[in-house]
Amino acid sequence: MAVPNDRKYLKSHEWFKVEGRSVTIGITKFAADELTDITYVQLPAVGKRVTAGQSFGEVESVKATSELYSALDGTVTAVNTALADAPELVNQDAFERGWMIRIECDNLGPLEGLMDGPAYDRATG
Amino acid sequence: MQQTRLHAVHVELDGRMVDFAGWEMPLLYRGIVEEHVHTRTAASFFDVSHMGRIAFRGADAAAFLDRICTRRIGDMAVGVSRYGHVCRDDGGILDDVIISRDEDHHLMVCNASNREKLLGWFAERRSGAVEWEDRTLETAMLAVQGPSAIPILEQLLPLKLADLKRYHFRSISMLGQTAWFFRSGYTGEDGVEVIAPAQFAEIAARTLMERSQALGTPILPAGLGARDTLRLEAGMPLYGHELDESIDSISAGQGWAVDLTKDFIGAAAMRRVQEAGPRRKMIGMEIDGRRVARQGAEIRADGATIGVVTSGAPSPTLGRVIAMGFVDATRAEPGSRVEIDLRGSSVTATLCKLPFYKRGK
Repeated sequence: MAVPNDRKYLKSHEWFKVEGRSVTIGITKFAADELTDITYVQLPAVGKRVTAGQSFGEVESVKATSELYSALDGTVTAVNTALADAPELVNQDAFERGWMIRIECDNLGPLEGLMDGPAYDRATG
Repeated sequence: MQQTRLHAVHVELDGRMVDFAGWEMPLLYRGIVEEHVHTRTAASFFDVSHMGRIAFRGADAAAFLDRICTRRIGDMAVGVSRYGHVCRDDGGILDDVIISRDEDHHLMVCNASNREKLLGWFAERRSGAVEWEDRTLETAMLAVQGPSAIPILEQLLPLKLADLKRYHFRSISMLGQTAWFFRSGYTGEDGVEVIAPAQFAEIAARTLMERSQALGTPILPAGLGARDTLRLEAGMPLYGHELDESIDSISAGQGWAVDLTKDFIGAAAMRRVQEAGPRRKMIGMEIDGRRVARQGAEIRADGATIGVVTSGAPSPTLGRVIAMGFVDATRAEPGSRVEIDLRGSSVTATLCKLPFYKRGK
């Protein structure tokens, strides 16, 4: 399974894709596979603040509950509402249709310390 | 890590292998929910070879088993199985087991995680003419479960199964090798659990898949993940969750598996619990919303802690989140509303009777 190299990765398996000051966040295919069938994704509402290093939501699967972490401070500008009825999108297409939130950030600096695609691939291989 | 004789089959079927009680076992193949649903609507096979299989022989075998098991063993006819617990003096549950009586021995099936512990515990309490042999590695065990399990197996085997009563077994022998078919399971579905010489496991699993496919009703592999959600819907306890050494069989809501009219290790303690009335009760919970309450989550009512969740998962059959747990006996009324603590926040739930799922007759 190819890990896209157009974004950055946390060790806790979240991905961060930058477009200007806007950053889209999701979890990796590896994480989704590990969790098994995802049944619910709890996400913050638009307008909420997320904080670097802190949990902004959680993913429920048949097997486990897992927290979602942000690498950045920011304000939520969009939430993938499709996940409310179809959380399985995260299993099916973790890097695209299974995205979770989009945030607006002032400081993208912390992303420099994150893994790129090949590094994440090696870390989870 | 120990591998079962079906390891090559699991890998070939793309099973995701995990460590379970020191055994490398498939958590899932195609997906937990898909395997769960296939078991409820057709049939699945589960490799349960990791479970312990111990054969007891000798003139005093039945008496020994009667002393270490909560159920009566001495009066069992050949061909009968019985579920029971092995307990400490204080009633704490060491394991839950199924004991079956064959012509020349009694067979105990125990949990993989407790096998070594039980063998040590038996050795310390040996008395009279009894010997046992750990047959776990030389045999394999396969559970075939689901509405199409019996009809398909009857087409593939020179053996009648439809008339075999629940918790009874039958064996077939050929060239000195025997396979046992037990009408039991851990899914809430009809089916059998099969014990056979280890070298037959792979050919049996492959033949079962190929021939059931050809008959138009595929029996597909299912892993430990589906086994857990299936047993939870069926309200069946799992050692390490609902049962452990800190609780006795009566308090664990398993009084049906205890015969207090006979003597056994732990009986005195359990008689006291029975007389005083158990302080906790095992109950089901239907949880509002889609967050999952898992083992260890506290159950509250009116601001007070009244119990703890022992197992929880989204139920594929019910389409909602369910859980099992223990609550104070005085607060266990089905229909009662409770709160369950989830890492700082909480969810609401309604207490309900077990099981969550019962198959149609």
